[in-house]
Amino acid sequence: MELKEKILSSYVAFENDININSDIHDIRTEALQNFEKLGFPTKKLEAWKYTSLNSVLKDDYSIFPNKENTIQFADVKKYFIHDIDTYKIVFIDGKYSSFLSDTTHDGKDICLMSSALKKSKYKAVIENYFNKIAKQDNLTSLNTAFANEGAYIYIPKSVEVEKPIQIINFTTGKEEATLVQPRNLIVVEENAHVQIIERHQSLTNNTALSNVVTEIFAARNATVDYYKVQNDNVNATLVDNTYIEQQTNSEVSVHTFSFGGNITRNNLNFYQKGERINSILKGITITEGKQHVDHHTLVHHIEPNCESHQDYKGIYDERSTGVFNGKVIVEKEAQKTNAYQQNNNVLVSDKATINAKPQLEIFADDVKCSHGCTIGQLDEEALFYMQQRGIPKKEGRALLMYAFANTVLESVKIPEVKSRITKLIANKLGVNIGFDL
Amino acid sequence: MLKINNLQAEVEGKSILKGLNLEVKAGEVHAIMGPNGAGKSTMASIVAGKEEYEVTDGTIELDGEDISELAPEERAHNGVFLSFQYPVEIPGVTVTNFIKTAINESRKAQGLEEMPAKEMLKKIREKSELLEIDRKFLSRSLNEGFSGGEKKRNEIFQMAMLEPKLAILDETDSGLDIDALRIVANGVNKLKSKDNAVIVITHYQRLLDYIVPDFVHVLHDGKIVKTGDASLALELEKKGYDWIKEEVNS
Repeated sequence: MELKEKILSSYVAFENDININSDIHDIRTEALQNFEKLGFPTKKLEAWKYTSLNSVLKDDYSIFPNKENTIQFADVKKYFIHDIDTYKIVFIDGKYSSFLSDTTHDGKDICLMSSALKKSKYKAVIENYFNKIAKQDNLTSLNTAFANEGAYIYIPKSVEVEKPIQIINFTTGKEEATLVQPRNLIVVEENAHVQIIERHQSLTNNTALSNVVTEIFAARNATVDYYKVQNDNVNATLVDNTYIEQQTNSEVSVHTFSFGGNITRNNLNFYQKGERINSILKGITITEGKQHVDHHTLVHHIEPNCESHQDYKGIYDERSTGVFNGKVIVEKEAQKTNAYQQNNNVLVSDKATINAKPQLEIFADDVKCSHGCTIGQLDEEALFYMQQRGIPKKEGRALLMYAFANTVLESVKIPEVKSRITKLIANKLGVNIGFDL
Repeated sequence: MLKINNLQAEVEGKSILKGLNLEVKAGEVHAIMGPNGAGKSTMASIVAGKEEYEVTDGTIELDGEDISELAPEERAHNGVFLSFQYPVEIPGVTVTNFIKTAINESRKAQGLEEMPAKEMLKKIREKSELLEIDRKFLSRSLNEGFSGGEKKRNEIFQMAMLEPKLAILDETDSGLDIDALRIVANGVNKLKSKDNAVIVITHYQRLLDYIVPDFVHVLHDGKIVKTGDASLALELEKKGYDWIKEEVNS
């Protein structure tokens, strides 16, 4: 049976298993119909021209792993940012792990989507925010149809969350191929502030496919810093669909670090629904082998006096391929917009490929929009300089790549995240340099 | 210490060095002068091991060993230092971290342990004082946003830290004002000993007022065509290179 058929035929069982009378039953059903109509994306779609999921859709996925799998903290500690205190929302094969998690309801809700969907006290938030900005496209619809588990974060007015929140989705690889569809909802009220780290990690080399949807709402003056750590195993594919709505004076930053995995597709969408909003989108991509990383970003400037800053750095080695498609729309009313987009790529091998496509649609006349896109090689002169000082070629190359990606790294606000990322970069480049990169 | 025999090299099929001979002994200072395009910087890069130049003939010996097949980092580990005419910028890597890495990579290659942090700091302090370098400067990203003079001073600081056997200074004086020139030259002189050697590549006599050479060579069209003592530099300053070109041609 094809994956699409298999998914469609399992829907009834899925809804029976959770709660058919759920408030979001209608939303799910509609989404399922949508997915039935659209199916999985193919290269015929403009948005998927350079990314094919065909190779990962042929596997026989276990859709609802029923078994409660457990893992020992010691075995997975390294995937956490463990040198600082954090809240943790952890899932194993799509199921919540209370043992590995550290949630709270004290003055804020940092907990589970499944319980938020069940309990009446969350009804208003779900009604106001759930599936309000997620697109009705193929894979988001698929996620919505099966939306049940994920992180639910509600930060009330003026609350500054005292420590970061980690959302970690493990797949154990107990099945040959596992499909998980986490659904996260994050609502940050006026003047509130939260920092979130998200990671998807498979624990074996068995196939894993994660189709994630995250909706983030930042109210007036709210601040959200979001870090996506993508360093998964070679047979793990991730489709990340993140939708962000911002109100006046809010600032949301998303840093995406794509080092691992098989195919990684990031659909990152910002909708600015107020004035003086700042949206920050940054990414470092380092790939090798046959890896493929696709960044599709959208910033929709709707009102005047807002800013957006995009800075994506990519380093592609061996036969790996990359896509950067950065779309900025500036509506007619959005005067005095300041939209900045930078995408720099280094092809380390002559077999690597990058498809870069900046798309600017500007309907206002008094705006500052700049974009720059470069594709190049490592600077041989700089490499020679370092070798001349006794630094071997491999380490020299690593230092150069680090220097290249540094503009993204330096805006990471959590020092422990920054040092973890630098370590991941050093690991990825196979070097051990005498200082924390 | 350094013995270059009949060195011939080309880049992209174009012949640049056409049989260059040079011998530098420990304790000596050699100046290499010559018109633009004579091959001075090429010679420096080739001794340091830059890969884009193809050595078609001749040898480069350091202490009796042919180094012409060694990688640039291996030559560095053997004590070759090149002060770049245009030092490169490396954002995100501080001067201190860079020099620590360079020193420890050299030590690693020689089978030594990393230099203890305390010793490293002491050395950094000493050498930065020698070159009148502000502490704040050391925590800045390497060469990023440095003025021309700061870049050159930083090169000599690295030389002081690495203590090479053979230092080649490629137009270290360009971009330096007179005060910076004095500080840099003074630094070089203090680092000078009977066991090491310096090759100074320059267009101008003024650097040689401070770093006094034992020999001055004129490089023209890929070869050393004239060698003299310090007075030759003064003569060149006065008369230019045309008379040498005429001598060669006749």
